Amino acid sequence: MKIILIFISAALINNFVLAYFLGLCPFLGVSKRSDTALNMGLATTFVTTLTAVITWLINRYLLERYNLLFLQNVTFILAIAALVQLVEMFIKKTSIALYRSLGIYLPLITTNCIVLGLALFAVIREYTFIESVFFGAGAGVGFTIALVIMSGIREELEFADVPEVLRGAPITLLMAGMLALAFMGFAGLLSV
Amino acid sequence: MHLLGSSFVVSILVVGGLGLGFAVMLAIASKKFAVKEDPMVEKVLACLPQTNCGACGYAGCHTLAEKLVLKEAPITSCLAGGQEVADSLAEVFGVGAQKATRVIAVVLCGGGEAETEKNAVYIGDRTCAAANLTGGEKSCTYACLGYGDCVDACEFDAMDMNSNGLPVIFYDKCIGCGACARACPRDIIEMHPEWRKLFVFCKNKDKGAVAKKICKVSCVACTLCVKDCEVPGGIEMKDNLAVIDYEICPQNDIPAKRCPTECILYGEPEKMTRDGFYAGRFHKASGG
Repeated sequence: MKIILIFISAALINNFVLAYFLGLCPFLGVSKRSDTALNMGLATTFVTTLTAVITWLINRYLLERYNLLFLQNVTFILAIAALVQLVEMFIKKTSIALYRSLGIYLPLITTNCIVLGLALFAVIREYTFIESVFFGAGAGVGFTIALVIMSGIREELEFADVPEVLRGAPITLLMAGMLALAFMGFAGLLSV
Repeated sequence: MHLLGSSFVVSILVVGGLGLGFAVMLAIASKKFAVKEDPMVEKVLACLPQTNCGACGYAGCHTLAEKLVLKEAPITSCLAGGQEVADSLAEVFGVGAQKATRVIAVVLCGGGEAETEKNAVYIGDRTCAAANLTGGEKSCTYACLGYGDCVDACEFDAMDMNSNGLPVIFYDKCIGCGACARACPRDIIEMHPEWRKLFVFCKNKDKGAVAKKICKVSCVACTLCVKDCEVPGGIEMKDNLAVIDYEICPQNDIPAKRCPTECILYGEPEKMTRDGFYAGRFHKASGG
């Protein structure tokens, strides 16, 4: 039961993008088209889940054993960077079109705060291995949900008569703010 | 001192070991997921305009470059680059130069605000795509809607709306990418090779009497042009609209001369818009 709560909490209630405001760069950068957004979300979900696995293993079997907790940030970033490289190679091999449409945002998953954030949160909250995996997957799913909703709104905005001063980034940020407000509604759903 | 020393060494070992482990993993992965890229693709890509306009029919310049390297596309595929790009591609491939056929956009509607009547008021998004859902403001439901989706679609600043509410194409800037033709919800804008000179500037499929009533320069399906065309079948009436078969219809001004509403015209589309052609024609048409 607890793992389901952790998953839903990470995906909806404490959505990394809309509640913690982490990972805003790809949230604004890749949310122009919904198909690209979905693929970016899936790629990020893959990275977050694997990151949760690997960082948990590193933390438990290397850092805690040798009393090296001060190395958390360094080793986690190292693991994330390597993982993203792996995902990049994989996507380039399997779908060159997706690789190009994601562009610079694919390697930038490395610097996505969500990924490092969830690794550090999982340690602070002393999650078990399984909990940690679901936490990572939930974070990725939450990011995907936010990204897809945002891209849907932005596709609609293309046809809207937006005042000139608000066109582009301003209206997008306003939308993001309203979306975050809407997600605050999930706060009463459950508490973990 | 001893403790500090050991923690110091262990840190180096742990981080270094992790780094080494990931390096080995990535090295194996890079072999396994290696994507072979033809160096020719890069060279060909450098010749292309890189605007990713899609006029060639492929997803972007990179895709066209790949197709060019595979010889699946002719070197004259790039419409945006025209002769210049075709020449540089011929050089890269080491083949003889080929003549690129220039394709240009033609606005096949003469029904501006002066020729048609407004019989409705449209309040909504000021785009043709949206207005088309309601039928638009004009008496003719086949006419240009006049909100300029085509102008917005043009990446090359080659279009503008004139004072009569019709799009004007600046042919010195038009590269024939076809973005305007795709943007037009009523398919009024068509892409034509440069050598075509005879055009029917109407898309109305209403019966003659109706067409005549709603627009001063509509095709009223009188079939004079069908008889005037020197090759039988060169011009045909399809759904009350004269349609030119460019494969066989000779490009001369005979069909245009007798057209009672002047919706068939002969000449360079380039001159038609540049010399205030539209404005002059309206005056003549409305004067009777």
